[in-house]
Amino acid sequence: MNTPTLPRAAGAMLARDLRLAWRRRGDTLQPLLFAVLVVAMFPLALGSERARLAMLAPGAIWVAALLASLQGLDALFRSDAEDGSLEQQLLAPVPLSLLLACRMLAHWLTGSLPLILIAPVLAQLLFLPNYLLAPLLLSLLVGTPLLVLLGSTVAALTVGMRRSGMLLPLLALPLYVPVLVFGAGSVMAAAQGQDWLGAVLLLAAGLALAVVLAPLAAAAAIRIALP
Amino acid sequence: MKSPILWFNQLGSPPNFHAFASRWMPWYFGTALLLLAIGVWGALFRVPADYQQGDSYRILFIHVPCAYMSLFVYATMAIQAAIALVWRIKLCEILAMACAPIGAAFTTITLATGSIWGRPMWGTWWDWDPRLTSELVLLFLYIGVIALDASIEDRRRGARVAGFLAMIGLINLPIIHYSVYWWNSLHQGQTIRLLGPSKMDSRMIWPLIATIAAMQLWFFGSLLSRARTMLLEREAGKAWASGIACSDGTRASQ
Repeated sequence: MNTPTLPRAAGAMLARDLRLAWRRRGDTLQPLLFAVLVVAMFPLALGSERARLAMLAPGAIWVAALLASLQGLDALFRSDAEDGSLEQQLLAPVPLSLLLACRMLAHWLTGSLPLILIAPVLAQLLFLPNYLLAPLLLSLLVGTPLLVLLGSTVAALTVGMRRSGMLLPLLALPLYVPVLVFGAGSVMAAAQGQDWLGAVLLLAAGLALAVVLAPLAAAAAIRIALP
Repeated sequence: MKSPILWFNQLGSPPNFHAFASRWMPWYFGTALLLLAIGVWGALFRVPADYQQGDSYRILFIHVPCAYMSLFVYATMAIQAAIALVWRIKLCEILAMACAPIGAAFTTITLATGSIWGRPMWGTWWDWDPRLTSELVLLFLYIGVIALDASIEDRRRGARVAGFLAMIGLINLPIIHYSVYWWNSLHQGQTIRLLGPSKMDSRMIWPLIATIAAMQLWFFGSLLSRARTMLLEREAGKAWASGIACSDGTRASQ
């Protein structure tokens, strides 16, 4: 048997995760359903006055995306740790950080991308003006990968525990704060007619940094946290 | 006379650290209390009232040292955690975890005193200002470190995992420090400088220096005290720990 090259190992990892997600389509779509329900709670709680909902829409959709990105994070590495495949990834002749980066990418593709695709519908539910749709989608497109990268690094820390329960959101949410501030902030700035690209570019800079550092940090965290 | 490097290396061994902590702890606490008393007396009775804020500004003599300590303790915790992860020194794991509750307490005092001052001055208990928000995030980070450490049963692994989280959270410190420059915040900018002239009147500064020094010493005393107890707990099975427990017991019975 020949030794695996980096692209082939990464491709195999990605294909495995996507196949697993496809086999459990119902579970995979749960975060999406959760986000839709969270968004639907806002008109019910605040009343259906159009102007007020339109004003709150960017924040509400961003909070829904953020909460949805916490779903499934707990199981991201734990299921692998339980059936022993995480140990095989540790022993594999390719860097653990590369494999983890592929897992994070698969998690984003299955968890966050559907949410971005359905975001125009959510925006309509909350009467978001059409000219704000582009800032919203762009900020989600740049911001949600950052959430996944930060969240999976924290999830890697809790991998040694049997169940993390509420602990994972407690650890991840403080780190999510800047992403939420700039993500929702960019759409709010656009609503006030200000320059909104600046905040998105800051998010993009954070994303570039996190793409490099988060897999390395997650790999280090897993080595520390595994018993 | 031992060389300083040898002395420092030997300090890492639990019995030596226990002896060191027991010897120096009372001095740290004692000096801290003395300086705090002098500082608070000066702040309340000696320095003049502010031309604009009147007497309300005097809460600053507690608020500023605690705010400074909330950052200093976090940096100390992250540095100890990094040392513990790289060189696998057991004592550093303990010191890092001993920092977390102390830092959380300093952060809480900072937020509380700021809030009490903000009510008459800004007309509100709380504002979602960048510096206030980032200080609140710092409190959540401290709580996260404490919770993560507590949720893992293996004490050594818990300390190392929580220490790694502390290192990730380190990115928050520059955000807190520079928040008043990056965003035009309600919170005022830096008024006291180590290098160059301060924007605070020189007659008002000396009690602040006393309280800052007091908080710093209190932190070291508190750190030694907590670390000493945690060390005894972890090493409970070892001969030196049971020896200390027995000698304490006989002293108490005499």
